[in-house]
Amino acid sequence: MSSEQTRQQWRLETGPDSADTLEILFAGRWCLDQELPSVDVLRSALGSRPKRLTFRTDLSAWDTGLPAFLFSLIDLCGEMGIEVDQEGLPKGVRRLLAMAEAGRERKVSRAPSDRESLLARTGTATIRFLHGAPEMLHFLGEISLAFVRLLSGRAQFRWSDMWVEIEEVGPRALVIVSVISFLVGLILAYLGADQLRLVGAQIFIADLVAIGMVREVAALMTGIIIAGRTGSAFAAQLGTMQVNEEIDALRILGISPIDFLVLPRMLALLLMMPLLTLYSGFVGMLAGLLIASSIFDIGMFEYYNETVRALELKYFIVGLVKGTVYGAVVAYAGCLRGMQCGRSAVAVGEAATSAVVTAILMITISASILTIVFYQLGI
Amino acid sequence: MEPAPHIEVRDLTMAYGDFIVQRDLNFTVNKGDIFIIMGGSGCGKSTVMRSLIGLQRPAAGTVLYDGRDFWNVEPDERERLKRRLGIMFQSGGLWSSLTLGENVALPLSEHTDLAPRMIREIVAFKLALVGLNGFEEFYPAQLSGGMKKRAGLARAMALDPDILIIDEPSSGLDPLSARRLDDLIVELRDSLDTTIVLITHELASILGIGSNSIFLDAETRTMIATGNPREAVRSGDPRVRHFLSRGEA
Repeated sequence: MSSEQTRQQWRLETGPDSADTLEILFAGRWCLDQELPSVDVLRSALGSRPKRLTFRTDLSAWDTGLPAFLFSLIDLCGEMGIEVDQEGLPKGVRRLLAMAEAGRERKVSRAPSDRESLLARTGTATIRFLHGAPEMLHFLGEISLAFVRLLSGRAQFRWSDMWVEIEEVGPRALVIVSVISFLVGLILAYLGADQLRLVGAQIFIADLVAIGMVREVAALMTGIIIAGRTGSAFAAQLGTMQVNEEIDALRILGISPIDFLVLPRMLALLLMMPLLTLYSGFVGMLAGLLIASSIFDIGMFEYYNETVRALELKYFIVGLVKGTVYGAVVAYAGCLRGMQCGRSAVAVGEAATSAVVTAILMITISASILTIVFYQLGI
Repeated sequence: MEPAPHIEVRDLTMAYGDFIVQRDLNFTVNKGDIFIIMGGSGCGKSTVMRSLIGLQRPAAGTVLYDGRDFWNVEPDERERLKRRLGIMFQSGGLWSSLTLGENVALPLSEHTDLAPRMIREIVAFKLALVGLNGFEEFYPAQLSGGMKKRAGLARAMALDPDILIIDEPSSGLDPLSARRLDDLIVELRDSLDTTIVLITHELASILGIGSNSIFLDAETRTMIATGNPREAVRSGDPRVRHFLSRGEA
């Protein structure tokens, strides 16, 4: 048999050397810069079940393309019970094959495959979720204990870390909070104007924007912005520390990673979120004022008076409580996912994504619960 | 016969801003050399390597590959030159989202016309060469540090490069694996005419397989010795002798 291709420069010939022996000739260039054959081209020749395989060469050049082919061929011959005599191969090829054969001796249990059935994947996801719930509660408990240690002055906590975090989550978030809050205030003003114009009550744009922003929207929007900006950053920072074994190093030295890493982040967000919520409400109301006075011909002083009349202390309390709770859940979700992170770059990315998803889900759940609670309390 | 120069480094100075890492380096790596860049920790070995592979532009000086000025050729030409290099990074530098098999296969599928079946065969062979046959489906995160290094070498060898640049191959490996890796490096040189540049401070590798070397000094921030490392043991410079005899000379 002869297998030669015009574009390629390799040549492979097989022929019986004797009754039980098959001889293979490797000729031409066997280099990776061209299309090389796989071992499948010899399957039919080996189908005659020779007892022995020998080689002959007439090579102009070769690289690892040749020993890679031979490595697979020897593997195949092993499966078929054919003895392989490497004597006719170049010395360098034989040495490389010997090194590869030494590496082949090792038996490895395969890594678990990702290709599971839909049912198996659903089951795995359910089990993971059920295992995840106690883990989340455990983490909450650890944070609570860390707060107790902090209050009793026993926490392994550096105030300097907290000031760095405060700067990161507070002042550095002002620009994005300003932009989003302004645009949301603008949307609320337009939304109200469209409906209130029908009954000639456009002045109540001020009430809608003020109460809407202060009571609900400022906290919600700030929570979502902070979840995307800060929650993911917490998860990525702590996840990278897991990868670099920094958290293991803390544990070995008897330093609680919760005290040292989680507490400063939790405290920073708990302190900054109410302030960011207030700021967001103010920017939203400012946007309403600008739109109402410039587009809908409502006087600035008139708008201001209506805003002051509409706002009550309870709206600020509701907004601040919600903002603080959202801050707590964002910090919790970010730190939880960061501490649960695996030990690879992919895992860090997954932790960051998971932190944002968890935070937004928890914000939505807590918003619903708080709305019902405040309704029942008549606030 | 005169050895043919493969890499020529002329008056190379590496710096981070105003901080000079190494200055006035002059050396030649010949075809078929196992060339050692050695020196103590923090002397700038890896920084010099980064200038050889196109990751960090030198502050001054030239790097010539077969006479072509690596840093001053057109970007396309530089990319072609880079393709002749195989690099094994200190920590392996494996892509964590890909399995070991995919890590080794990617350069082959990107830069050759080989069929997927043949690529699989080559991947199996290259992983077997570094003792990782059977680990094709594993992700880097599932491997030990030493295994990651060996997998990094398999990936560096994927395209049978003319020049293999290896950063700290033996550190973190057990003595037998380190010896096996050294044997493989020698075999690659002998069988495939690969030129090897080893960045290391492992004495067993330096004295066992090095054919030429330079010694970088952290204090003076320049090279203070060059030549066959086994002869450098008897160097006139006490710092080199001290280093190569583990502080006993």
